[in-house]
Amino acid sequence: MTAIDPTAHLTSEQIEELGRELDAIRDEVIADRGEKDAAYIRRVVSAQRRLELVSRGVLLFSMFPPAWLLGTAGLSVAKIMDNMEIGHNVLHGQWDWMRDPKIHSTTWEWDHVSPSEQWKHSHNELHHTYTNVIGKDNDLGYGIMRVDEDQKWHPFHLGQPLWNLINACFFEYGIAAYDLELGKNLHKRRRRTPEFRARARAVGRKIRKQVLKDYVIHPLLSGPSFLPTLAATFTANLVRNIWSHSVIMCGHFPEGVQVFERRSINGETRGQWYLRQMMGSANISGSRAMHFMTGNLSHQIEHHLFPDLPSNRYAEVAVKVRALFEKYELEYVTGPLPTQVFSAWRKVVRLSLPNKKPRVETPGGQQELVAL
Amino acid sequence: MTSAALRSRAWKLLEMVTTPLLPSDYLDLVSPLRAGADLRGRIEAVHPETGDAATVVIRPGRAWRGHTAGQYVRVGVDVDGVRLWRAYSITSPTHRQDGRITITVKAIPDGKVSNHLVRRAKPGTLVQLDHPAGDFVLPRDKPAKVLYLTAGSGITPVMGMLRDIEFDDVVMVHSAPRPQDVIFRDELHDLVADEKMRLTEVHTDTDGMLDIARLDELVPDWAERETWACGPAGLLDAAEGHWTGHAIRERLHTERFRPGIVVAGDGGEVTFSATGKTVDANGATPLLDIGEEAGVLMPSGCRMGICFGCVTPLKAGAVRDLRTGEITEAEPGVLIQTCVSAAAGPCDIER
Ligand code: FES
Repeated sequence: MTAIDPTAHLTSEQIEELGRELDAIRDEVIADRGEKDAAYIRRVVSAQRRLELVSRGVLLFSMFPPAWLLGTAGLSVAKIMDNMEIGHNVLHGQWDWMRDPKIHSTTWEWDHVSPSEQWKHSHNELHHTYTNVIGKDNDLGYGIMRVDEDQKWHPFHLGQPLWNLINACFFEYGIAAYDLELGKNLHKRRRRTPEFRARARAVGRKIRKQVLKDYVIHPLLSGPSFLPTLAATFTANLVRNIWSHSVIMCGHFPEGVQVFERRSINGETRGQWYLRQMMGSANISGSRAMHFMTGNLSHQIEHHLFPDLPSNRYAEVAVKVRALFEKYELEYVTGPLPTQVFSAWRKVVRLSLPNKKPRVETPGGQQELVAL
Repeated sequence: MTSAALRSRAWKLLEMVTTPLLPSDYLDLVSPLRAGADLRGRIEAVHPETGDAATVVIRPGRAWRGHTAGQYVRVGVDVDGVRLWRAYSITSPTHRQDGRITITVKAIPDGKVSNHLVRRAKPGTLVQLDHPAGDFVLPRDKPAKVLYLTAGSGITPVMGMLRDIEFDDVVMVHSAPRPQDVIFRDELHDLVADEKMRLTEVHTDTDGMLDIARLDELVPDWAERETWACGPAGLLDAAEGHWTGHAIRERLHTERFRPGIVVAGDGGEVTFSATGKTVDANGATPLLDIGEEAGVLMPSGCRMGICFGCVTPLKAGAVRDLRTGEITEAEPGVLIQTCVSAAAGPCDIER
């Protein structure tokens, strides 16, 4: 749906060849996956637990400002680790091959108000299968935003920078609502289906537990530090939410990322599916610490190509994937975090206004441009 | 309030503190072998026995309930990062003072777990344990005369018995390829020297396989003895035939090693055991499609191997990953993605 299809120069043979080359990259990692990777995730899980334990311990004394600062910083990092490098990736089944029931997509629960089960459905099944397909991938704008020039403008969209900001602050609740398909289910009739009610109850239970823990139990345990601890956990949740929102915006929103029209994925081949993932995702460049804190979603392109490969392998995979982008003359969208965040926000703001120029209809049907 | 009720209240409160994790997730960090933890053990030493066998000393967690001589324990070991479960006979006596148990493992060709334990396992490593099981055990009442008939690593459960209880009249017939392949050879010969046992070693490399008909000559009073036999299927089949032929089958106790090896082929009969349906599958069609066509309710999502929305327990048999060709064999706890797996022989899918 973009004015110029950046993949137009590829023949269908080339696209299938590209698919085979990507399959080969995947096979190589799988053949080599083993003890070191298992040790890595176990180390991360144990570090996260220790950090959370220590931070919450320090917060018991959060009436002293240095303790507050230290505890809040530690808890924020622990929550980010839980959601990003551990939760997101475990729930993708990246570590299922270890056959350890304690680190498995079917048993994992995370520090998040959306229950794992629901998130896996909307994220793994819907978002990853229909990446950037308008109308099918609701991650595009989480259903509340206009993310492409071709989407019809509505006065409601004027507020989208504000919606986006609010969503960033309360991101986990946004995700829970999104997983519930709350927008679609707000009609009374839909709300009454037993299936929806069961799911809503599950979310309610999860929210209650999370809120009770962060805003009642731990502050109470802190006794005289009740209020500072409450403020600390609120801050940690806020930091975690804004951080993950930013990282995730960088994955599919920056300028240069393509979106696709519904019909374009009919009868899609494996090569075409891969190509869509390549054009629909964007990376964040940076240090190893940056990759770690984003849960390696800084390698969003690699993650979308191989969502089930262990996250610690994306960095090495990225080198090979990038070489393929060059070989096939495709644009590898990447940049430092501030640049990418800015780019994504600029797009949000720009699209909150109606298009400047009327859309140019190219002969041959613009809608078909990305029908690969 | 009773103390049990109080404890469960306290535990509930603790769960609220640690949600969404469990208190045990944190306790495991510091004390994985504590009472109340999942049953695990820590490898404390690995002693070589022969060129390809070693004894692994394990300190079981507090939840360990003890075993009966002759029983086996299922051990979950991480090999190349993958948790694999195997059963091994316990070779330590039940009254071992330090509470440790030992298993004695013979490395079998291509055996992932056995080779790992014999050659690579390091003291300090945690392994998962199940409670001991098996009814290849000694009776309450001491039999007057005992015969142990063993071959290869079939000696391991019997060693657990020998070390546990002394009988007045014990004969052992053991076969192994060569003298140096006899596991526990020194200890066996010590028992002979102390006149606690009579031993006949059959070295199959030079003497050929033990012919069960030779028993008359090796142990003339075999028929009067309560017999425990463990070894390869051929030996056990012959023994069962022999004892049955003499109408004293009840005096023979046998323990078989791993039943049938899975032979990975192409396609096979698929059983959906929860639904009770059985259909034929070829080696190229995903089990998800096979199940749906048969009217089985199959969970699914992307149908291309990326969402893990279709994972289902594989209860028996083997499947092939259609993307990599990799074979996965059924083991307790093994889950497969039905959308990218095809039958590699008969298999049982829990749907
Ligand atoms: S249906 Fe998505 S992995 Fe099988």
